[in-house]
Amino acid sequence: METQYPVFTEEMKETHTILIPNMAPVQFRILAAAMERKGYHVELLGNCGSQVSELGLKYVHNDTCYPALLVIGQFLDALGSGKYDLDHTALIITQTGGGCRASNYIFLLRKALERAGYGHIPVLSLNFSGLEKGNSLPMDLAFIRMALAAIYYGDLLVTLKAQTAPYEIHRGDAAALQEKWLDVICGWMREGCGFNQLEMKIAMSKIAAAFAVIPVRRTPKVKVGVVGEIYVKYSPLGNNNLEEFLASQDCEVNLPGLMGFVQYCAYNPSETARLYGGSFVEKHVSDLVLGYIAPMEKVIIKALKDNGYHAPLPFSELTKLTEGLISKGDKMGEGWLLTAEMAELIRAGYENIICAQPFGCLPNHICGKGMINKIRELYPEANITSIDYDPSATRVNQENRIKLMLSVGRERLAERTAGQVEAASASGAGTAVRGDPAFA
Amino acid sequence: MKVGLDVGSTTIKCVVMDDADNIVYSTYERHFSHILEKSEELLRRIAGEYIPGGRAVFAVSGSAGMGMAESVGVPFVQEVFATRVAANRLAPGTDCVIELGGEDAKILFLTGGMEVRMNGSCAGGTGAFIDQMATLLKLSADEMDAAAGKAEKTYTIASRCGVFAKSDIQPLINQGGRVEDIAASIYQAVVNQTIAGLAQGRPIRGNILYLGGPLTFSKCLRDAFDKTLGVQGTCPENSLLFVAMGAAFYADQSFNLRDLAKRLKNRGSMETYPSQPPLFENQAQYDQFQARHAKAAVPRAPFREDYAAPVHIGIDSGSTTVKVAVIDQDARLLFTDYRPNLGNPVPLIREVLQSLYDRHPALHVASVTTTGYGEDLAKHAFHADYGVVETVAHFTAARHFLPNVDFIIDIGGQDMKCFKIDQGAISNIFLNEACSSGCGSFLQTFAQALGYDMREFAKLGLFANRPVDLGSRCTVFMNSSVKQAQKDGATIENISAGLSISVVKNAIYKVIRAASPEELGRNIVVQGGTFYNEAVLRAFEKEMGVEVIRPDIAGLMGAFGAALYGRGKAARGQTSSLLGRQALAGFSQETCSEICGQCGNNCQLTVNTFAGGETFISGNRCDRPVTGKADTGEGNLYAYKRRLILGYKPVPGARGKIGLPLCLNLWELFPFWHAFFTRLGFAVYHSPLSSRDLYLKGQGTIPSDTACFPAKLAHGHIQALSRLGLDAVFYPCMTYNIDEGLGQNHYNCPVVAYYPEVIAGNCPEIKETRFIYDYVGIHRPKDFTRKIHAILGRYFPGISKKEIQQAADAAYAEYANHMSLVRKEGARIVAQARAEGRRIIVLAGRPYHVDPEVNHGIDTLITRSGAAVITEDSISNLVEKFPTTVLNQWTYHSRLYAAAKYCCGQPDMDLVHLVSFGCGVDSITSDETREILQSAGKLYTQLKIDEITNLGAVRIRLRSLFAALEEQDETRREEA
Repeated sequence: METQYPVFTEEMKETHTILIPNMAPVQFRILAAAMERKGYHVELLGNCGSQVSELGLKYVHNDTCYPALLVIGQFLDALGSGKYDLDHTALIITQTGGGCRASNYIFLLRKALERAGYGHIPVLSLNFSGLEKGNSLPMDLAFIRMALAAIYYGDLLVTLKAQTAPYEIHRGDAAALQEKWLDVICGWMREGCGFNQLEMKIAMSKIAAAFAVIPVRRTPKVKVGVVGEIYVKYSPLGNNNLEEFLASQDCEVNLPGLMGFVQYCAYNPSETARLYGGSFVEKHVSDLVLGYIAPMEKVIIKALKDNGYHAPLPFSELTKLTEGLISKGDKMGEGWLLTAEMAELIRAGYENIICAQPFGCLPNHICGKGMINKIRELYPEANITSIDYDPSATRVNQENRIKLMLSVGRERLAERTAGQVEAASASGAGTAVRGDPAFA
Repeated sequence: MKVGLDVGSTTIKCVVMDDADNIVYSTYERHFSHILEKSEELLRRIAGEYIPGGRAVFAVSGSAGMGMAESVGVPFVQEVFATRVAANRLAPGTDCVIELGGEDAKILFLTGGMEVRMNGSCAGGTGAFIDQMATLLKLSADEMDAAAGKAEKTYTIASRCGVFAKSDIQPLINQGGRVEDIAASIYQAVVNQTIAGLAQGRPIRGNILYLGGPLTFSKCLRDAFDKTLGVQGTCPENSLLFVAMGAAFYADQSFNLRDLAKRLKNRGSMETYPSQPPLFENQAQYDQFQARHAKAAVPRAPFREDYAAPVHIGIDSGSTTVKVAVIDQDARLLFTDYRPNLGNPVPLIREVLQSLYDRHPALHVASVTTTGYGEDLAKHAFHADYGVVETVAHFTAARHFLPNVDFIIDIGGQDMKCFKIDQGAISNIFLNEACSSGCGSFLQTFAQALGYDMREFAKLGLFANRPVDLGSRCTVFMNSSVKQAQKDGATIENISAGLSISVVKNAIYKVIRAASPEELGRNIVVQGGTFYNEAVLRAFEKEMGVEVIRPDIAGLMGAFGAALYGRGKAARGQTSSLLGRQALAGFSQETCSEICGQCGNNCQLTVNTFAGGETFISGNRCDRPVTGKADTGEGNLYAYKRRLILGYKPVPGARGKIGLPLCLNLWELFPFWHAFFTRLGFAVYHSPLSSRDLYLKGQGTIPSDTACFPAKLAHGHIQALSRLGLDAVFYPCMTYNIDEGLGQNHYNCPVVAYYPEVIAGNCPEIKETRFIYDYVGIHRPKDFTRKIHAILGRYFPGISKKEIQQAADAAYAEYANHMSLVRKEGARIVAQARAEGRRIIVLAGRPYHVDPEVNHGIDTLITRSGAAVITEDSISNLVEKFPTTVLNQWTYHSRLYAAAKYCCGQPDMDLVHLVSFGCGVDSITSDETREILQSAGKLYTQLKIDEITNLGAVRIRLRSLFAALEEQDETRREEA
């Protein structure tokens, strides 16, 4: 069945506003600014509420995964809000191009638009796999560089806030600082600066230093890592405000960065060629891309470490953590990355883990739920709970399960702190400050 | 003093303990969802009677207690954690706790690595489930326990979720299975569910503690656990109060309980749940609505004692009710009867017929037609003239009301049927799938759980001001949505209205999947008992924005339609073959159940013997127990494929024995690997055909209970292989499938691609053997040869490149040969069917749907009805690559689209889509396949299958399809 769908033409750049679904709020805000620099008029959607999933349910097959329902529902809700001139509005959606259902979102979106009477609205694909030629966001090196910087700045701000806010003495300090820097960085993006290596190096260490001076009291807290299907992992709309809930439970949350996923996507083509055969270029294209990202990665890690924050492992180290767990050939959905992130989190002391996925998520049967047993064998301290998200899965059930995981985490924390206090008083050491083992 | 309060999903528990931990007071009662009121009342009472000064150390626990605790600022103790605290203190030395609550099941491993497990969001309730099943059996909880004690055997009941179980149990009841046996089977299902869902491979042994309501009250349930686990568990004193006591032990803050009660009261007035507009704005609107619907009435005629004109009787033996309609020659309604089906419909029908004979001595029955779940049974028992599939019966009735009807929706007790009518024939059928059988009994169950009579409960919602927005998913989810709404202070009125609206939304968005009323049609008839409920009727009209016709006999349309059907079929002056007065008076029915045993399926047969020695057998998958002849598999490409696969035998070889699990993609690739390894000098074994037993043996190691059934079966296959004494088990990961050039890519779905990873991570059996699950790509033959040489070299050194090359050549050749055999036989079956004038059904699924345990014998079900069955892969090569509106990137699914496309050009060929429950990919393919077929005016039929074994719904759907095709053919003939 083929239907003709409208294409986003060069002229539309001038006339149309592109709506962006809100997946990772911080990173996407900076990305939107980067797109503006490219001459697009964009708007990051913030609409939420039950009508979003209602609309998704209405226009998308109900057994389709929850992120598709939400993203499409969010678009339809926005288009129906009366806020936009529908003759001058376009949509953009990501397409990872793997063997998971998610590569089909753009088609489901087009089908839904057709049925809802918005068939004339063009949809752009954001992908790096060469899909949707002629109808995807054109990629040039400058823009790619800017996008990568945007993601890294976003990851940095998320990490800094996550490691500061739970301990801050004046509530809201970290959030305010994050907001302030977001504005500054978005401004840089719009002006087309702040994304070369040197600028990033200076900016990132400055930002980290700014967070480091927020007055804090580092009392030991339950440390929770969140992994999962990418949308549900990041989007508050998808995970019922998970970060906020965990904050209300007095936890420190580690949400591994979005760049990990980008690197994972870049890594897979060559791994595929290595596993099944391919040309020399295919076998080495990933190294090229990853090599391009690596200097930026060094900058963010250094900025975090220099200011006493926990930094994620470099990607090249992360790939090694799959050993004994899962093959790096598992490349659908979040694939091996998800498993590796769980291992990394546990090793970094975030042993309490929420593995979040849409109900019935196919890849996570394997790399999420399917690997928990093995992870426990390798890391007995792992305290993992798997949470399914779905239009009708209620918050109360999800939170109850998370609370169970947190109870175990709290108990262990109490045991450990008691042990440390004993050890500390025995050796006559002072109070715990940043840099102590619980923090590092 | 210490006080612990445990607010569960159905009950509230409270303990007051003195400083020496003696229980001063305790209570365990159902809260009927009046959580806030009950808690407030309870706190006030204990503060006054048992706690001097009203101050005590206090904490709250329980699944419904969380929000409440937060809102009044009291510490909340997660309930599993509370159980652990209590178990450690009260029953030291416990190794494992099994606790079943109203809606939760939990296992706590206390020793050897503490771990707590709770049921996932899909596994459904346990206590609520048992309650629901008891209601279905018309027993109280105690009676059910007593009945289970007298069981002689157990049936297999799906243990995954309450809704599935219900659809397994209902046919057992309808077929006259013994209540005692069913009761015991229900308990066994709970046990299986708990162990499979929660233990996930971790053995349960040592000192076991049983806690919670169901395990406290039912000895049979405890015995079932003991027996299955091979342990002797104990149910301790205060087994109902462990959570409350745990909360009390854990509590460390003291509160004035009277103040808390006051705060709870204030909290009760806050309503923060998501709501939707009321059903009726005012009384006038309601009056107008009533007046409009009063007009849709059937003409009636008096049915006097001396009535002697010919009458037609329609009997609708449904899943929960028996309905009878008697009409005259002019289709006027003479008599109706409607009664709940108390498990066995036969005596009820007999009673009605008997009274018809008694009251009308001159009665001339011209025809009797049966329909519904019990159609065959009733037809055989009473010698009715005709049987008609229920969809056709309903359509016949609706057409009588509204000749130009173009859409019918029928919501009954257990099932929901919707059909689109195009040019006078059923053009599309939607039946609710196993997962969403909410419907009428769903509302009833809720009404009962909340302590109301069904009618009264529905009325409450009519004028609710802010109906709760409950979404549109399955019953299990609905339970927790209701729980949450109650917690948020929704009134019973608003919950009632919300539930009615959710039934409607479920029908529209989940079953029909319509986006707008235009898609349904303009002339809609709604029927089924559930539409007597004015709240549901109103919600439907509001949601769709159309006015619909609801006949005044909405609940009797099946019976009425059956009678009309008989009237149409009967010749002038015909007398029905119905049992006469005397025969009916002497009618008897005996039911016994036995295992068929004539083949490996071991079907559980229910044999009804009627007076005169006639028998009626149900529960059979084939005709063998009836005719004594085995199914030959003639005209069935599924059977042929199975024969091909099973024809590959191990050839003894020098390099040892290697085994492959016969699951998922290996169903297609076995010929490939068999040739490959045989050539290399291995004896190649495969695991046996799947069976229930094989599945159960492997189910303990399944980590994700929402994966599809074919994937879950893999665990059983690995277990089976482990007992063959093999040198290695080979089950490769395969991101890519063979590229057949039909799509933009040729992936496997994520589950097929990487399931070996799950096996490696969770099945202990593989530790005892060499498990080879490397990543292999047979889509690039040259590279494959190089890569597999390196892979095998790691396990079996010394295999030369040349040997590998030869083996690979043999493998590709054998695979091509296998596929061509399938296609050749497919072509032969098609030609033969055409010569014999039979219909051809393309039973389109995946290669692994050939597994009889996966398809539950649907292939033979179709051939028994006279049609030939071919597979999607036997015709997918006959179509050129064509554009689709979705990304066509999975090899198996490309075949599906191609098969659908091919069908479009074949007038005698129709496609039936087999979909495994939980197959995410099919949420995309099913809409696309439907569109391809509909563009050529073809019907799309989807059969959703799971571990569920009840074929009732499948049969209805297939028969409806055949009836619709028949009707289409007839119209075409008339036009010609």
